[in-house]
Amino acid sequence: MARYVGQRVKRTEDPRLIKGLAHYVDDIRLPDTLHVAFVRSIYAHARVGGVDAGEALKAPGVVAVFTGKDVSEKVGPVPCASALPELKVPDHRVLATDKVYFVGHPIAAVVATDAYAARDAAELLMVDYEELPAIVDPEEAAAGGGAVIHEQFGSNVAYKLTAGEGDIEAALASADRRIKQRITNQRLAPVAMEPRGVLARYLPGEQELTLWSSTQIPHLMRTQVALMIGIPENKLRVITPEVGGGFGSKLNVYAEEALLGWISMQLGRPAKWIETRRENMQATIHGRGQVGEIEVGCREDGTLTGLRYNVVADLGAYHQLLTPAIPTLTGLMLSGSYKIPAIQINVTGVFTNKMATDAYRGAGRPEATYVVERAIDLVAAELGLDPVAVRRRNFPAPEEFPFKTATGLFYDSGNYEGALATALENAGYERLREEQRAARDEGRIIGIGVSTYVEICALGPSQAMPAGGWESATVRIEPTGTVTVLTGASPHGQGQETSFAQLAADELGVDLNDVTVVHGDTAIVQYGIGTFGSRATAVGGTAVFIAIERLKEKALKIAAHMLGTDAGNVAFAEGTFSLKEAKKAAAAAGDGKAAADSDEVPEPVVPVGEGPAGALPEPETEGRKRVTIQDVALAAHLARELPPDTEPGLSATYFFEPKNFTFPFGTHICVVEIDRETGEVKLRRYVAVDDCGRVINPLLVDGQVQGGIVQSIGQALYEEVVYDGQGQLVTGTLMDYAVPRASVLPWFELDRTETPTDVNPLGVKGVGEAGTIGATPAIVNAVVDALSPFGVRHLDMPIKPEMVWRIINGSGL
Amino acid sequence: MKKAIKISVNGTTHETEVEPRLLLVHYLRDVLGLTGTHVGCETSLCGACTVRLDGQAVKSCTMFAVQADGSEVTTIEGLAGEGGSLHPVQQGFWERHGLQCGYCTPGMIMAAAQLLERNSTPTREEIRHGLEGNLCRCTGYQHIVEAVEYAATKAVNREP
Repeated sequence: MARYVGQRVKRTEDPRLIKGLAHYVDDIRLPDTLHVAFVRSIYAHARVGGVDAGEALKAPGVVAVFTGKDVSEKVGPVPCASALPELKVPDHRVLATDKVYFVGHPIAAVVATDAYAARDAAELLMVDYEELPAIVDPEEAAAGGGAVIHEQFGSNVAYKLTAGEGDIEAALASADRRIKQRITNQRLAPVAMEPRGVLARYLPGEQELTLWSSTQIPHLMRTQVALMIGIPENKLRVITPEVGGGFGSKLNVYAEEALLGWISMQLGRPAKWIETRRENMQATIHGRGQVGEIEVGCREDGTLTGLRYNVVADLGAYHQLLTPAIPTLTGLMLSGSYKIPAIQINVTGVFTNKMATDAYRGAGRPEATYVVERAIDLVAAELGLDPVAVRRRNFPAPEEFPFKTATGLFYDSGNYEGALATALENAGYERLREEQRAARDEGRIIGIGVSTYVEICALGPSQAMPAGGWESATVRIEPTGTVTVLTGASPHGQGQETSFAQLAADELGVDLNDVTVVHGDTAIVQYGIGTFGSRATAVGGTAVFIAIERLKEKALKIAAHMLGTDAGNVAFAEGTFSLKEAKKAAAAAGDGKAAADSDEVPEPVVPVGEGPAGALPEPETEGRKRVTIQDVALAAHLARELPPDTEPGLSATYFFEPKNFTFPFGTHICVVEIDRETGEVKLRRYVAVDDCGRVINPLLVDGQVQGGIVQSIGQALYEEVVYDGQGQLVTGTLMDYAVPRASVLPWFELDRTETPTDVNPLGVKGVGEAGTIGATPAIVNAVVDALSPFGVRHLDMPIKPEMVWRIINGSGL
Repeated sequence: MKKAIKISVNGTTHETEVEPRLLLVHYLRDVLGLTGTHVGCETSLCGACTVRLDGQAVKSCTMFAVQADGSEVTTIEGLAGEGGSLHPVQQGFWERHGLQCGYCTPGMIMAAAQLLERNSTPTREEIRHGLEGNLCRCTGYQHIVEAVEYAATKAVNREP
């Protein structure tokens, strides 16, 4: 019986966080620590004639200055894990040598005794730049003719890729209508509230390096950094303390992470670098950055016949870990939640003089969902149909699952009509349409937007992943009966310390507070992949679940031995192993109270204070009809009366490899009203029905959905990374980059349907990115719907008041 | 040239010599070791560094320690009551899942505590406006609004 799973359990990680006692990287203090400040390029594209560190080295407190020349032969290149055919991969050194390729490109590291001294000295460094023309516009980069960023490649095209199935030409040619639309997904900045940071400590005697880093992938980072700086992997320990948000921006291996480790090894002292917000805007990965054209074919009744997306992906100057792979995820999800017989994506990935794009919450899937959900609304507008009707016409029915798409995926399970119907009812859709008509008669501008999204989650089978798609868990019961769960996932705000504890507590029949979930330390936790792609619970939670099953199998054998019977005679329930006869007898007696007594969980055996110090108590087994799992744990560690062929100890490790992705889905409905005087878009209502399979903690799921929706609202209405024509970053601080604030948001009306998956035994699909994937088109569709009387069929994001005001006031209506 | 300052932080008086350019947040974090106050933007926009200075919520990343000379400062570490009992706002954040990564949380809690002192029964809209100076990238704010509502109800019930 589930005591915890499915309940709104408040988080076990919160007390340390709300008291200000948690430790993020910058909160870790080591004696004798040196501080690093980076000198970064002020130009988007320039030749570097030389770097003069003379004055900087004389500044008070300065210990060393390292330039590209000092390290380029000693530290290996920043890794890119994507392998695409004929992909051009530039040599990405941790510090620039003869050229700089984007504003913020690190040129030198200044090391000093305190952070203020390091920054002062960084100002004294002289860099001899020869500015070169910058390539900023991705379409210009694709077209060629301008400057070539990486001269060795001859052009700015990093790769071209075509994917999809079905005869797209025939599908479009035979359609009753063909609709084309230019469509963009602007560059976004992830803006985790905690910028990146690294603390490195090399112990020359032990020859061990420890890196504390604000990362989502401690193990993958350890492997890569070990290769970069040439230290044996088992001499490098990566610890992710508290991580203040990631959203994909910390799913990477950055130059600074390797360089800090190397610096500490050179100087034999701890070295720390904490990213400033300006550095974060310049030199932490960006997301999205796609400019393309969609072409969709349909019949008069709204049935889709084919969809083509020609897109230029703005990769930036270098490939970070997954940069070129992100648009391929867009291609995979172009079927959306619809039956589309022919689909084609043509990607041109281009270099520009900007920071690299990479995985930002949703990572390629928000782009796909935006393209598809806009296409549906364009079809509806073209045919004069209700957008809801066009969606319904193209849904696969629940019995059509597993549903194969023309992008080569098999959607595991779904009931798209179920989520849509619930959302329409919760929103009062018909009534909203009536209100819209009435409001228009009064001269008010109201719009209703719908998005019926599907996403690809629980990344993923290893065949589809660059570095393994499995996840690991170790579960052990300590001699005193407390439960330790080690997960290879590395949560950073998602709350798995709680949800995994819920799972373990229920499966083992112990108290939630007796479970500790440990993560983010490569010296303690077995190898793991990390937290991204809405995978931690669906893949990592499943590993925990199966490890517990294994542990219980062993515990059952030991319990049977302790009870002097065969395992077949022993049942496990609520933390206690008991003889089946005893249970049956109690049940047969029909004495409810007696039955309740027999199920009562005895107090755990806690040896503290009992017997002489250091001695563990002897479990009493004589004549007992039941033993607790804590008794079994103690017996397993004392190991004096174990069944034959049974190892001492009570722990199990499992590496779970999923057989498929999962495909959560849902319907989001947004109602906007536009202020005629200012052009401001006001969000009046927001209704979401999400289906992420089975839910372990509804409180955490709500939190994930709400946070995701707000990042979507950011993309739809406010956020945009802007570089000017020379490649200068205009949105370099939070003064210029508009992260949504509490006051601009509506109250989210959330609901759920629950369609389980058979991809994992938990039936969990994942929810970390749903809001970011589903919401953006709902908002844009609502604004376009509002402005449709003005002849608007599409608008580019972010939809700023000025743009809207010009439409209203330029229309003459 | 260092300057002597005397600041009371969470009820304890500290006399220290600091560089005039030392930011208050660095004084709290690096000199006193109170690392619960975070730095998120260095431009007064995100509010992660919010502390109370003589009762006023201020952003400690854009103020010098010397400007706080003679003042009383309360940080997140000093908010809990006797015996470590949680402040109603802290309790609300826990009960209503008002935090995810937790980085903005100390600043958010300090700002919310001031908001409730000024207006003990705020509407949802007033809470949203009261927290405009604090950014959160994880929660989407709705649970934060609920957390502040929870704290308001609790505080009202406790002190009739």
